[in-house]
Amino acid sequence: MHEFGIAQSLLEIVEQEALPYRGSRVTRVKLMIGKLSGVIPDALRFAFEAISMGGIAEGASLVIEEVPLRITCKQCRKVSIMDDPFLICPHCEGTDVEMIAGRELEIKEMEIEDGNQGSQEHP
Amino acid sequence: MEIKVVKNILEANEVIASQNRGHFAEKGIYVVNLMGSPGAGKTTLLEKTLERLKEKKRIAVIEGDIATSRDAERIAAYAIPTVQINTGAACHLDGNMVRGGLKELDLDQIDLLIVENVGNLVCPAEFKIGENDKVMIISVPEGDDKPLKYPLMFQVSSVLLLNKIDLLPYLDFDIERFQNDALKVNPKLKIMAISCKTGEGLDNWFRWIEEMAASPFARNSSATKSRRH
Repeated sequence: MHEFGIAQSLLEIVEQEALPYRGSRVTRVKLMIGKLSGVIPDALRFAFEAISMGGIAEGASLVIEEVPLRITCKQCRKVSIMDDPFLICPHCEGTDVEMIAGRELEIKEMEIEDGNQGSQEHP
Repeated sequence: MEIKVVKNILEANEVIASQNRGHFAEKGIYVVNLMGSPGAGKTTLLEKTLERLKEKKRIAVIEGDIATSRDAERIAAYAIPTVQINTGAACHLDGNMVRGGLKELDLDQIDLLIVENVGNLVCPAEFKIGENDKVMIISVPEGDDKPLKYPLMFQVSSVLLLNKIDLLPYLDFDIERFQNDALKVNPKLKIMAISCKTGEGLDNWFRWIEEMAASPFARNSSATKSRRH
């Protein structure tokens, strides 16, 4: 539901980063999205496609890596990947755990194509 | 050509939220971000809280709604500073909207600021506004399966208020299952069962929020403020 707001922030970062490459276009953006973030990848793609129109990132594909929930237990010090959204150590049942991954909403890298190469399509 | 970026997409919001946080800390204001579905009882809880605490604490309210100022009008009846933020299409408040709302408040005259977020179980959990604590309210008619369906909001909240417990006899709501699931998702969650209608359990909530608003950090700076009453 909030994918539009997130797509907006994402586009701002992408356009900012692409500024030095004027005349090129952004073809791919790699993202890490935590499983707990509540962001639906398809909804984010849809929103990004809609708002990036007419800009340097128009037509860019979003490559989304989903990051599972990972916790580290402060009692037994084990790190676990959780299938369920639980903050309980599956080894010792300790509840003093720290979430170390699973809430990411991060952009990792983007691919930029020189505008001159595909000059017919993007003069 | 690939360029490395490595940035939090919500970074812009987090920067503003931490600036808000800084202002609140400087002024000694304790801030609650109240979240929950539409109809869970956020505004009613707020009304009960104001009834009980408005003589003891200097309270202000920020009301977030997609449209209308109905909630702010309800709160205005309590004669406390109230700001309405209409988010338009946005399904949550963010740091920037709250920052805008703060301009209408005299921060030197506030001990406790309650921000009622837009009714929604998903998005508000993701956007910090500069609060000390997130408080979630959910009601019995919404069903006991919500902690596993919407884990993030349960995870980021300090307090979970289960409202409308007066309806328990009429609905298939397994309160034990609900509490167990909520604690699996967030073992540190304080769960309080309440009914804003009958008043049951509300004393626990009043005690908690009053204690939090009187925390040493808030008291230190409020000593320098002049009392309104």
